[in-house]
Amino acid sequence: MKKTILTIDDSRTMRDMLRLALEDAGFNIVQAVDGVDGIDALNRCTPNVIVTDINMPRMDGFGVIKAVRSDSRWRGVPILVLTTESDDAKKQMARQAGATGWIVKPFDPTKLVAAIHRVSP
Amino acid sequence: MDAMAAIKKTFFEECEEQLAEMEAGLLAMNEGSAENELVNGVFRAVHSIKGGAGAFKLGALVSFAHKFETVLDLIRSARLSATPDTMRIMLRALDIVSDLVRLSRAEAPIDDALWRPVGAELEALIEQKPQQQIQPEITVVPEAPAEVVDLGFDFAPTPISIDDGAVASPPDPQQTYEIEFRPSKELYASANEPVVLLREVAKLGETSVRCNCDALPPLDSLDPDSSYLSWTIRLVTAADIEAVREVFEFVDGACELSVALIEHAPAQVMPAVAVPVADPSPSLTVVPDITRQLHEARADSAPVLASESVAAADIQKDGGMASGQPATATIRVDLDRVDRLINLVGELVINQAMLTQRVLAEGLAKSSSTMIGLDELEQLTREIQESVMAIRAQPIKSLFQRMSRVMREVCAATGKDVRLRLDGEMTELDKTVIERLADPLTHMIRNAVDHGVESRETRIAAGKSPDGSVRLSAAHRSGRVQIEISDDGAGIDRKRVLAKAISKGLVLQGVELSDGEIDNLLFLPGFSTSESVSAISGRGVGMDVVRRSIQALGGRISISSRSGQGSSFVLSLPLTLAVLDGMVVRVADQTLVVPLTAIIETLRPASATVHALGGSASVIKVRDRFVPLIDVGAELGFRARRQLADEADGVAILVESETSTTHALLVDTIEDQRQVVIKSVETNYGKIRGIAAATILGDGRVALIVDVEDVVGISRSDTGQQINELRTGAGIR
Amino acid sequence: MNHQPNTKTIAGRSSSDGGELVAFRIGNQEFCIDIMAVREIRGWTPATPLPHAPSYVRGLINLRGTVLPVIDLAVRFGFEPREPSARSVIIVTEVGAQLVGLVVDAVSDILPTSAETIQPTPNVSSELATKFVKGVISIESRMISLVQLDDVLPSDGKAAA
Repeated sequence: MKKTILTIDDSRTMRDMLRLALEDAGFNIVQAVDGVDGIDALNRCTPNVIVTDINMPRMDGFGVIKAVRSDSRWRGVPILVLTTESDDAKKQMARQAGATGWIVKPFDPTKLVAAIHRVSP
Repeated sequence: MDAMAAIKKTFFEECEEQLAEMEAGLLAMNEGSAENELVNGVFRAVHSIKGGAGAFKLGALVSFAHKFETVLDLIRSARLSATPDTMRIMLRALDIVSDLVRLSRAEAPIDDALWRPVGAELEALIEQKPQQQIQPEITVVPEAPAEVVDLGFDFAPTPISIDDGAVASPPDPQQTYEIEFRPSKELYASANEPVVLLREVAKLGETSVRCNCDALPPLDSLDPDSSYLSWTIRLVTAADIEAVREVFEFVDGACELSVALIEHAPAQVMPAVAVPVADPSPSLTVVPDITRQLHEARADSAPVLASESVAAADIQKDGGMASGQPATATIRVDLDRVDRLINLVGELVINQAMLTQRVLAEGLAKSSSTMIGLDELEQLTREIQESVMAIRAQPIKSLFQRMSRVMREVCAATGKDVRLRLDGEMTELDKTVIERLADPLTHMIRNAVDHGVESRETRIAAGKSPDGSVRLSAAHRSGRVQIEISDDGAGIDRKRVLAKAISKGLVLQGVELSDGEIDNLLFLPGFSTSESVSAISGRGVGMDVVRRSIQALGGRISISSRSGQGSSFVLSLPLTLAVLDGMVVRVADQTLVVPLTAIIETLRPASATVHALGGSASVIKVRDRFVPLIDVGAELGFRARRQLADEADGVAILVESETSTTHALLVDTIEDQRQVVIKSVETNYGKIRGIAAATILGDGRVALIVDVEDVVGISRSDTGQQINELRTGAGIR
Repeated sequence: MNHQPNTKTIAGRSSSDGGELVAFRIGNQEFCIDIMAVREIRGWTPATPLPHAPSYVRGLINLRGTVLPVIDLAVRFGFEPREPSARSVIIVTEVGAQLVGLVVDAVSDILPTSAETIQPTPNVSSELATKFVKGVISIESRMISLVQLDDVLPSDGKAAA
């Protein structure tokens, strides 16, 4: 069965690029436009992996991680954060919040897919 | 269009939205707002542009946006304060980003000189920020040497290359590593899976894995959130040690990990549990089982994860949840589709009207159920039409924000410091109307600064605040949109305006004009008050052009001014270009529509009030004033000019035209006043003098919509001199 | 717009490689145009006259919501003008990017054609022949002039005044 990836990003461009890369790799995609929308989507389906942006209106990536990790239904779902900040600070913060891994933007589609394989059971 | 090209298009569209958001945010910051979400919003917008630009390899944009973003980050973390000087640089940076986006979109070459100076100013801001780190253990800002311009994405992190098998260059001999892997409980908390990691290691080569269960306590004392297992993996691979470590990149710090090279030669594999992970041997299956149990156990336990950590505090600060308004759901639709829908609904309206007329012609009573049904249909059709028109409506915000930029440019060019205040940015009107307002508004803003607001010295001398201000506002007023541009400058110098008009031959010497009439002289073609054509409002574009473009939109413009206190222009515009309120009239057996916006009043001329003036012109006396009377039927060539006696038979429609002059249009009868759907004549035919467009009436026939300006213009060119005398003699309304 | 190209069912061919022509009559002369330029054929409806328009411009009609100019070809070709009757026909054609209605007496035929059946216009000095006829076709005893539509609208179509 196809794996489902929930992508959360407020940028339409980034959502489109994620969709293109992930669909090409054979994943199902569920898209959300910000953290609140993302949690809403989670209530409707549990994805195999969540890929989320950090800087978003309404609820940011840390908010998403926190919400997912504190809900028993989803706490085992791997979360990859998208970040252009390749410095360790953001990664550290993301991991402390409970992110499973990270992807540095702009991403190379093969690296994105590899990262997903590296975290999804 | 291939997929990436489509995404690129989306990217540029999104850039426009983000630029608008940045502008709104920066302007609010400029006004002194220090709201956290405001700075965050601007940061996000720049960040998004940078992200997309990186994907499309728009180097200059990435590089510039990065500097911009860095400064914003300093501001939002309170390490740099948003002083007026800083904000000035930020606003200029915004303009640069806007230019870079535009050039990138046009795939035009980008001259580095465009952005380097402001880029350097941003760098200077980054340099001057307090150097001490607040939290020494966390490097928050990616600092790069200032000379490195392209710092955007060249500093990629350690590559995550996971080429299957990671077969390095052939000469590389097979190597054997021993990997000790002891996850901490944080590893599980972040949803990392040892099994997945083991699988990834196995992709690198041949592995043998041993699970160490020694630390497992008895089940009754097992803490489901703790970590008890560790693994020893022996890996034979051609991949280098970095590739091996990379598998554990995400769990670095969340486990004890050691990777040791034990020998270069192929090692003997530990016989006991030598298994490819894809097909776990019985001895190994216990491991995933236990992990699963652990997971399930954890899933039931109370969340204790990162909630007390430092990160959690940051979540609150960053507005994690709950702040902000829920976004309204939107979809993006091609304008063509919307226009097609609007056209179809227009046809529906016509069809419905035709149907009603036919049913009435059949002699059905108004009270019959058919007619009642038709009435309901009419109501419904109108509602559909209004809803569809509303699709084209947009907030005027984007246009107003463009004006902010215009203001900054004019201020820079004139050396004046003028603030632009915006009001009613969310007022909606037709997208096309908004687009076509850009030029007239730009011109009026320039005028306001260049001609309206006085120099600093003059203002101080007059006891005013040294910096001028211009207010741009929009509001709905009885089915139309009213836009006002007012300045707090010196007001119109009427003496000079009048002198100018006289010297240009626009007004005869010695004519008495009221203040309002003098102000309206500004709209005369070719009028310009500036003694020398300035670089700002020069270029031969006068207020007459502004007026014409507003009228072309079905709008009107008026001016008012108070000496020493400023001037104000008020535009009244229709909500949409697709329909028009018109007066349906009959002229020489033809049905015509006169736009209501031009009409002041209608009157029935008595023969005593109509007078001949010269050979072919006549005037009508309206309240002690002589107004040129235009026989529309004759002007449009539908019939010969009427005789004076006949003229008293028709109806005179007083219209106000360009230059504020009043004319009377003579028509035979007035039939109706109604909204009509505008249909282009130019699409399939061409421009017709005296005709603005066409419409389709209830009987399905085409009726022409009169272009009042044109008809008046034709008339004037016919009788040129007489009208000119008349205009100056009788004054300007 | 929602014009059904109901006469264009023979799509996909162009006149050069043997398409079809719509033949029509004006007075006692026969003319034809490429079927690919024809959108539809409809009966005469009175047109709204245009100010300052040449006499061959009959005016505007409503073609399902589109405002369509109608050209009286008889007048355009310099024939004796007379009022169109209920039996007159409007051929809706595409001329460049524009839709134009042509008033003719009747549509007479649909003819197959190929480049070799079209002969050059005989060298006569009439405006009709030089401006609007780009060739003639001979079928049995009939001579049918192939009309070139580019100039039927007022020559300076953009400023028809």
